[in-house]
Amino acid sequence: MSEYLFYPGCSMESSAKAYYHSVMSVCKTMDIQLKEIDDWNCCGATEYLSLELTPAYALIARNLALAEQQANGSKTVVAPCSACYLNLSKADHYMHENKAFGEKINTALAAGGMHYDPGELVVRHLLDVVINEIGLDKIKEKVVKPLTGLRVAPYVGCMLPRPDYNNRYSDNEHPYELDDLMRALGAEVIDFPLKTACCGGHMTQIGPGTAFELIRRLISSADDYKADVLVALCPMCQMNLDAFQGQMNGYFHTNYHMPILFFTQLMGLAFGEKPENLGFGSEFVSAHEAMKRIGIKTPVLEPTKPAAKKPAGLPMPPPRPRSGEKVNIGSEEASQ
Amino acid sequence: MSEEVIVNSPPSAGPVKHEDLALLNQVAKLAPGDSHLEMCIQCGTCGGSCPSASAMDHTPRAIFAMLRAGMRDEVLKSNTPWMCVSCYYCTVRCPQDIHITDIMYTLKNMSLKSKMVQDSTASDFSRTFIRYVENYGRSFEIGLAGIQNVTHLRLATRLPNMAPMALGMLTKKGMSPFPPKRIKGMDGLKKILKRAKEMEAA
Repeated sequence: MSEYLFYPGCSMESSAKAYYHSVMSVCKTMDIQLKEIDDWNCCGATEYLSLELTPAYALIARNLALAEQQANGSKTVVAPCSACYLNLSKADHYMHENKAFGEKINTALAAGGMHYDPGELVVRHLLDVVINEIGLDKIKEKVVKPLTGLRVAPYVGCMLPRPDYNNRYSDNEHPYELDDLMRALGAEVIDFPLKTACCGGHMTQIGPGTAFELIRRLISSADDYKADVLVALCPMCQMNLDAFQGQMNGYFHTNYHMPILFFTQLMGLAFGEKPENLGFGSEFVSAHEAMKRIGIKTPVLEPTKPAAKKPAGLPMPPPRPRSGEKVNIGSEEASQ
Repeated sequence: MSEEVIVNSPPSAGPVKHEDLALLNQVAKLAPGDSHLEMCIQCGTCGGSCPSASAMDHTPRAIFAMLRAGMRDEVLKSNTPWMCVSCYYCTVRCPQDIHITDIMYTLKNMSLKSKMVQDSTASDFSRTFIRYVENYGRSFEIGLAGIQNVTHLRLATRLPNMAPMALGMLTKKGMSPFPPKRIKGMDGLKKILKRAKEMEAA
C-alpha cells in the first residue's frame, strides 16, 4: 500500500467528475491510498499569475503549507490536473531556488498563520506515480480485460512534460510514458506526433478562432492516424477537445467525431471496472461506438435536446384543413 | 552612452537610446527566479515554436529586442503576452534557457499595473476567474464562462452554438450552476492575499 497526499483541483468537482471517479477506482485497484489535503484552495490556474505575482504564488503556497502540516508519513503530493501539478511544483521550485522570493511568499502566508519550507514536499502528477512508483509490470498483472483492438492517441499536453523542473519525463516534446501505459493495457497506440501540442488552454474564452485551430490540429491528426479514441490526462485538455469539438466542427465545416477520454477511464476498463463507475457517458462526443467495437458497452446519456421551437408570430389557432384533407396535427412528430 | 542611435522601431517610438537597460533589468528583477532574460541572442526559436504567434502583434523575439531597446510603451501595449497559451515550448527550446513563459506573466503584470492593456478580453477573463477564487477559495467554471461570454464574446450571436453546450455541462457533466462552497479557511486566505497584495504594490 502506498499513501499520498492528494490535491484534486477544482475541475475534479465540476467539469471533470469522470476523471475523479476513474482516478478513485484505479487507485483502489493499484492499492494507492490518496489522502485529500483538507481545505485546499484553487491553484489559480494560469489566471492569477497573469494579474499579480505575489498573491498568485501565495495562493498556490497555501496548499503546500496545508499539505506540509497534514503530511503524516508521505511527503508526496499527487495532482491529477496538469495545470495544478505545474503550479504547485512551480511555486515549490521558485521558492526553493530564490531564497528571497521564498521568504516573501512566506511573509504573506504568515498573515494567515501559515508557513511552507520550500523543498519539503515532492509534487507529482498521477501518471508519474503510476509509471515510476507502481510500475508497468504491476499494471500488466492487474489487467483482466485487455483493450485489444482499440487504437489510442496518447495526448500528454503541455504542462506535464514542460518545463519539467525535476526531469521526471522521458522528453519535453515526445515523452513515451503514456504510450507505454496504454500499451500495457493492451491497446494499440498510434505514434501521435502532436502528443504535447497545445489544446488551446483558456483561449476558447479569449480568442475562440485561435483555440479552434489548435483543437482542429489535434483532432484531425488523431483522425488521420485512425485513432478510435484520444486519451488526455488533464481536465482542461479534455474539456477543450471534447466540449468544444462541436463548435470547432462548425467553425471549420468539418465533421470529426473523436471521443476524448481520461487515461484513467481506460485503465479502469482494463482493470475490469464497470464503465458506469468510470464516468463513461459524460463526454460530449460519445465513446459508445468506439468502445462497442472492442466489445465494451458504455452508457450513452441522452443528448440534450434544445428546447422546442416556439412557432413564430402570435398564438393563433392551427390553419383550418381544406376539405378532404386529413387532420393530423400533433401526430406527425409521434410517427417519426 | 550619450549618443542617440535610431534602431529598428516603429516611427511613433522616436529615437531610443542604445544600451538603455533599465527596462530589461526591471523585468528581469520582477520575474521569479533567475530568468536569464539578458542572455537572449535573438535566434527566434521562441516565435517559431509558438502555437499562438499568428495572433500576436510582435513575436516573443521582437519583444525581447524591444525590452533591450527600452521601448516600454510599445512592449506594455503589445498583445503578445496576453496571447501566450503557457505551453512552455519556447521555454524548453530556448538555447539560452530564458524562462520565457514566466517573462510573459511578468509583462502581463506590468501592463496591468501601468494600465496599458489595449484589449481587456484576456485580462477581464483572469479578473473574473480570480474574483471567484478570492471569494470562495475555489474557481467556478460555469459562472466564469457565462460572464466572459456575455461581456466579451457576443453571446447573443453565438447562442445557437452555445446553448446545447451549456445544457450539456449541466446535464451530462453534472456541473452545478451555483457558486462553489466556500473553503473553511476563507478568512485566513483573505488575510494572506491582502498582505501579498500590499507587498506587490510596494
